[in-house]
Amino acid sequence: MTAESAIEITTFVNGTEQSGYVPARATVAEYLRDDLGLTGTKTSCEMEVCGVCSVLVDGRPVSACAALAADLDGTTVTTVEGLAEEGRLSHLQQAFIEKSAAQCGFCTPGFLIMATALLAANPDPTRHEIAEYLDGNICRCTGYRPIIEAVELAATRMRESA
Amino acid sequence: MNGSPTVGQSLPRADSRAKVTGEARYAVDHVLADMLHGAVVRSTRAHAIIESIDKAAALAIPGVVGVVAGADLGSLFPRFGHLIADHPVLAIDKVNYMGEPVALVLGETLHAAHDGADAVIVDYSDLPVLGDIATALEDDAVLIHPETYPAGDAAFEEAITEPRNDNVAHEASIEWGDIAAAFEEADVVVTTSVKYPKLYAYAMEPYNALSIVNDEGIDVVTTAQHPFMVRDDLARMFSLPLAKVRVRSPVLGGGYGSKSYTKIEPLASVGSWYSGRPVKVALSAEEAIYTTRADSAHITVRSGFDSAGKLLAREFEILMDTGAYTDNGTLVLAKCVNRCFGPYETPNLKVHGRAVFTNTVASSSYRGFGAPQGNLAGELNMDQAAERLGIDPLELRKLNILPPGGTIVPGKRGLDADLGADLDIVTSTLDWGSESQHMTGSGFGVSASDAGAYPVSTAQVRVLVDGSVLVMTGATEMGQGSKTVLAQIAAHELGVDLAKVQIVQSDTGSTPYERTTGASRTTVLVGLAVQRACQDALGKLESMAAETFGVSPTEIKTAEGTVVAPGTGEWPYAEVVRSWFGARSGEVTGVGLVRATGELEMLPPFWEVGTVGVTVSVDCDTGRVSVDHLVTVGDVGFAINPTLVEGQDLGASTQGLGAALYEELIYDGGQLENPNLVEYRVPHATDMPARIDTIVVERGDGVGPYGAKGAGEGTLNPMGGAVAAAVGRAIGRWPTELPLTAERVWLLMNEEGRGLNGED
Repeated sequence: MTAESAIEITTFVNGTEQSGYVPARATVAEYLRDDLGLTGTKTSCEMEVCGVCSVLVDGRPVSACAALAADLDGTTVTTVEGLAEEGRLSHLQQAFIEKSAAQCGFCTPGFLIMATALLAANPDPTRHEIAEYLDGNICRCTGYRPIIEAVELAATRMRESA
Repeated sequence: MNGSPTVGQSLPRADSRAKVTGEARYAVDHVLADMLHGAVVRSTRAHAIIESIDKAAALAIPGVVGVVAGADLGSLFPRFGHLIADHPVLAIDKVNYMGEPVALVLGETLHAAHDGADAVIVDYSDLPVLGDIATALEDDAVLIHPETYPAGDAAFEEAITEPRNDNVAHEASIEWGDIAAAFEEADVVVTTSVKYPKLYAYAMEPYNALSIVNDEGIDVVTTAQHPFMVRDDLARMFSLPLAKVRVRSPVLGGGYGSKSYTKIEPLASVGSWYSGRPVKVALSAEEAIYTTRADSAHITVRSGFDSAGKLLAREFEILMDTGAYTDNGTLVLAKCVNRCFGPYETPNLKVHGRAVFTNTVASSSYRGFGAPQGNLAGELNMDQAAERLGIDPLELRKLNILPPGGTIVPGKRGLDADLGADLDIVTSTLDWGSESQHMTGSGFGVSASDAGAYPVSTAQVRVLVDGSVLVMTGATEMGQGSKTVLAQIAAHELGVDLAKVQIVQSDTGSTPYERTTGASRTTVLVGLAVQRACQDALGKLESMAAETFGVSPTEIKTAEGTVVAPGTGEWPYAEVVRSWFGARSGEVTGVGLVRATGELEMLPPFWEVGTVGVTVSVDCDTGRVSVDHLVTVGDVGFAINPTLVEGQDLGASTQGLGAALYEELIYDGGQLENPNLVEYRVPHATDMPARIDTIVVERGDGVGPYGAKGAGEGTLNPMGGAVAAAVGRAIGRWPTELPLTAERVWLLMNEEGRGLNGED
């Protein structure tokens, strides 16, 4: 075998331009965690069913465990580290704290990313729509109720402050 | 003690900001620049002799720096296990289950290590596969463990087992009265047989560890719930004093018992020992499934009643499939044996259980710990008995339930809960007794577990020179909220602002000894240790103030973060510390020790009770079960943080719903058919019950701080029985096997000839 081939990419991650070479088979999660030190993005099932590794690529949710870093070239990426602005938590982050929606917290970044995408597309979702949208994210600790309540609370506040 | 309102309040979690920003550092986030990555070569056979391991192709891959196998461990003690040290770090001569670690490939990158693992060639000679209990118990079955191993910790009295000449890992029984005579007298005898599935806990952070082994000793950062137990195993393995082994458990991405005891730490450590470099081993979820699981069980219960419904006798026969190694399986069996019959007045009882080795993943601790298995049998049997006796199942339970103080097991602590009242709360919230709709049904159940584990706990409270406080504890934060609850206790005891209290957890090199983080013990036992450490620190502050300011010690007391001598002066803790040391430095350490004396002499420290109910609907075309209503009662004595209690109760009952409706590891012989999160289905957001009531009941009846008892398992334990009863009432036939998947319910609905009472 030979050394792995590498591909040059340029991408904007949480508003910062990043350029460099990534191994052809490196995943987005490996790139974010190992190359950029953005360890807020976790992996768990590694087959796109648990939602833990969700990040936004050009505003759309992507499973970082299975997407290739090479495909990030020319994209804009948002991870959990990019949700707060200048240290001010987003409405969703604040609501997750208030509703005790994080226990072990390992799934929390993925839920926050997915909920961010949901509320961008649908600012006034019903409880059922929230559950449907988050059905691809597994939480093993909470039983989901506090997460759904947190998304409802954040949605209300975002509509009020809009 | 100082009237500070920090306990009994749903304050936000201490770690929540870090967890919503991505800043929380889990074990998997710990890396070192010079570390190697370990990838595990796993057995493709369920039971086989290892004829040879060919490493050459792996070693030829660029970036692969070494391959370690069982035969390479040289002077190390090559096995681990806190009860019986039977678990090899890497298979030695023989593999006992499919997925067992056979070799560890060390690579400069994770990709190189995985390429190397794919290239290792292992040659096997197959042995007969004992894939289930029946095969393992055949007279001529080969022995999975033909040799004996050193025993572990003697404090696990219930789990001590003698070497035997069969595949029974452990046998346990409990008996009182005369069941033969009692069954003779019984007017009604009801027999129930149930099967509880093999489960995977699915803590979302898979097992991982970063280990450094060098002349200084061992330093491991890992996903262990019980770092001190891991330390003990590693010290034996490497022949090191305990002081030379440092095990750190940072924030854990879930545990639920599955990260109890030693799991992956030996693999990373032998990798580091072999290579002389730090080694990180981070498993995938699939590999985590091949690391530990929960026992399945076949249980038959026979109960005799008089015509009025009073229990006269119960007899249980339990068989558990404990997998290839002991791990904690023998203790799980022992707990199932004394948790199956429930908190009922049972004048005559006989329970006999066996845990059987099979060529499947070793089973160990998982939330509930023998109780969910046993409770399914015991509670479904009560429902069937109620039907046979023509008595309402609530009335039958209340007729037999033990009153507060009642004896569940002779010689153990009396029942520290009012379960009759809890049953009334659940059933009234569930609207039990109202007419149910077509294809809907309700069920409920109750359980009591001897929880808390063995009471050995220590804590230190350090009052710093600015008056802020460090609480040092070996108890692990894995999502349950101990970081928050222990801070609330310390702030309350010391009368200081919660924002001034910092909790430091789970580092065997710096935090004081904690036996385990399991059995729902932390709030009670560590809470008591923290309380005592605070009292010790306050006593020291009073003595120091008396000495420094020339006041009689009897005149001094502490209140609201200050030491007060009425009429003389009032000094903040910070001033006492600075003045006593005579510099702008110093600190005061209080120590709290907990052991089985005084209020804790009688075991268990508390009974963890659980009372739950559900209403379900069954789709008559597909058999799919949906949960319309879930009711849980958290009978916790005193809720130091009620929101955290509700979080535990809903989380536990949701895992119970998973086992009741969806989850099962399915084996075909020695082959696990569903080692992934697609085919092993856990509850998702859309599976949530349509209505949820999590009720917290506080009667101050625990031995813990402010009357607290533990939480976190109680509302899981009776879920299986409650769901099975609800489905049974919805479809008119009693289920006997979990999970109640749509397929299983449809088959039961459409099966010929079986009525609700289990008879033709």
